[in-house]
Amino acid sequence: MKQAAPSKIALNLALLIVVFIILFPVFYIVQTSLKSMADVYSGSFFFTAKTANYEEIFTGSRSNFAELTRNSLIVSSSVALICGAIGSLAAYSLARLNWRRWVAGGIIVWLLFINMMPPIVFVTPYYLWARAAGIYDTPAAVIMAHVVLNMPLAVIMMMNFFAEVPKELEEAAVIDGCTQWQAFRMVILPIVRPGLAAMAVLVFVFSWKEFLFSLSLTTTSAGRTIPVGIANFVQEFNIRYGEMAAGSFVAMIPALILVLLAQRHIIKGLTVGAIKG
Amino acid sequence: MVDRLFGAGSFKLWALLPLLVVLVIFTLLPILQLLQMSVSELEFVEGELVSEFIGLGQLDNLAKDPIAGIALKNTLVFVVAVVLIETVTGFCLAVAISRTKTLAILYRSVVIIPLLIPPVAIGTMWSLMYDYNYGLFTTILIELGVQYPPLWTADPDLALISVIIVDVWHWTSFMFLIMLAGIESIPPPLLEAARVDGATELRTIRYVILPMMAPTILVAMLLRTILAFKVFDQIFVLTSGGPGTATQVISMHIYKVFSEQFRLGYAAFLSLMVAGFMFIFVAFYLWASRVVRRRLG
Repeated sequence: MKQAAPSKIALNLALLIVVFIILFPVFYIVQTSLKSMADVYSGSFFFTAKTANYEEIFTGSRSNFAELTRNSLIVSSSVALICGAIGSLAAYSLARLNWRRWVAGGIIVWLLFINMMPPIVFVTPYYLWARAAGIYDTPAAVIMAHVVLNMPLAVIMMMNFFAEVPKELEEAAVIDGCTQWQAFRMVILPIVRPGLAAMAVLVFVFSWKEFLFSLSLTTTSAGRTIPVGIANFVQEFNIRYGEMAAGSFVAMIPALILVLLAQRHIIKGLTVGAIKG
Repeated sequence: MVDRLFGAGSFKLWALLPLLVVLVIFTLLPILQLLQMSVSELEFVEGELVSEFIGLGQLDNLAKDPIAGIALKNTLVFVVAVVLIETVTGFCLAVAISRTKTLAILYRSVVIIPLLIPPVAIGTMWSLMYDYNYGLFTTILIELGVQYPPLWTADPDLALISVIIVDVWHWTSFMFLIMLAGIESIPPPLLEAARVDGATELRTIRYVILPMMAPTILVAMLLRTILAFKVFDQIFVLTSGGPGTATQVISMHIYKVFSEQFRLGYAAFLSLMVAGFMFIFVAFYLWASRVVRRRLG
C-alpha cells in the first residue's frame, strides 16, 4: 500500500488554509477598492462593485497617480535596462574570464555587503549628491539609487547563468575567429537569454516596489513613484480608504503578473545571498 | 599595460569596468562621505550647504538622544521575534509543500507573492484590516460580541506585535524558499530508508530531515537576521514608529532625524554606526556560510 489517503487530504487542507491566509489580504484590498465610502463604513460584505475609486485616482483633479505611474514606469524600466547591461557584462567577466580569485571574490563579497546593508545608510549622501547635481526630485535621482540597490542581484544571478554554459562553446567560437566580445555577444548571450530576461523582470519588480529612496530623493509628483503616492494616502488626515486600496492594487499588478510566469529562475533570484542547498 | 587595456585580452577588463565604476562612485564614496559628514554639523543656509567641523561632537548628540536607545531595543525585539517565528513557519511550510505533488505548483506560486508585492501595499492592506473603526478584525470581533476589540497598531502595547504579524506574513516565504532548497537536496534514498525501517512521518522529520537541515536552518536564520534590520516600509505605513515610540526602529529613527529634524550630520553619524555594525555581522555570516558549505561538500 502507498501513503494513507487521509493524511494527504489533511496536508492539502492545511496548505489550502495557508494559501487562503496569503491571498486573503490581496482579496480584501481588491474588495475595498471597489467599494464606495459608505460601503466601507458599513463594513458589509455585500455591496455593488464600482470602479469609481480607480477613475478618481487616475483622472481626478486632486490626484497625481497618473504622473506617479509614469515615473514608476520610467524608473523601473531604466533600472532594469542599466542593471541588465552592466550586470551581465560584469558577471560574464567575473564568471568566465579568469580573474584572480581575490579579485572576483572581493567584488562578490562587496556586492553581498551592499545587498545586505540597510539602505537607510546611503540616504544622506545620495540626498546631498542629488541636490548638488540638480537631479533632486526627478526620476534620474531615483534611478541612480535603484541601480545601486539592484546591482548585486543582477550580477550574482547572471554569474550563475554564465557558469552553466559549457566552456567548449566559447572556445569553439574563438577558434572560429571570434573576438571575445563577439563570442560573448553572438554565442553566449543568446544562450542565457531566458536567464537575462528573468533577471531584468525581477529587477523591474524590485525597483517598482522600492520606497525609501523614492521617498527621500523626491518631494513632488515630478519625481515620486507609486509607493510614495500610496504612503501619502495613508498619511493624509482624512484617509480615503477606497482610493488607497485602488492605488495599492495597481501597485501590485507587476508582481501578480510575475507570479503567473513564475519559474525557477525567479525563485533563485529571490534568495540571492543564501548558500546553495 | 597598454596591451592589457587594448590588446586581445582586454575585453575582460572593459566588461568589468562599468560595474567597478558604479561600485566605487556609488558605494565607496558615499561611505567616505558619511565619515566626513559624521564629524561635521551640516546646515542648509539659503540653499547652500554649510559644514562645520565638530570632531566627535556627534557622540554628545547620541548621548542626548533618548530615542536612539529605544529604537535599538525595538529593533532587537522585532528581529529576534520575526527570525524565530519565521524559521518555524518557513520550515513547517517547506516540509509540508515538499510532500505534495499535484498542487505543488499552486502552492509555490502563491507563496512567493508576498515577496514580490510592494511592502508599502502590504502596509496598506494590513492597515485596512487593522483599522479600529471599519477594519476587518474589528468588524468580526464585534460580530462575535467582543465589546472592546483591540486597537492593534494604535495600542502602544500591541503595536509592535501587530507589526511583527505583518512581517511574518511577508517574510515566511523567504525562509520557506531557502528551506525547501535544503530539503530537496537531501538524498532521497535516506528518506526511503527511514520509510522502509517503519519510521513515522514525524520521526522522519525529527531524526532525518531536521539533522540534515541543521546547517541550512542556521545559515538561513543568520541571513534573515541581517535582512530584518532593514525593516522600514511597512512600519512607515502602519505606524510611522508610533504610537509614541512603540514601533520606532533604527531605520525609522535615522529617517526622522534626516527628514523631520533635518540634522544631516547626526543622521550620517547614525548611518555610519549601523553600517559598521552590519559590516561585522555580514562578515560573520559570510564566514559561517563558507564553513557550512565546505562541510556539506
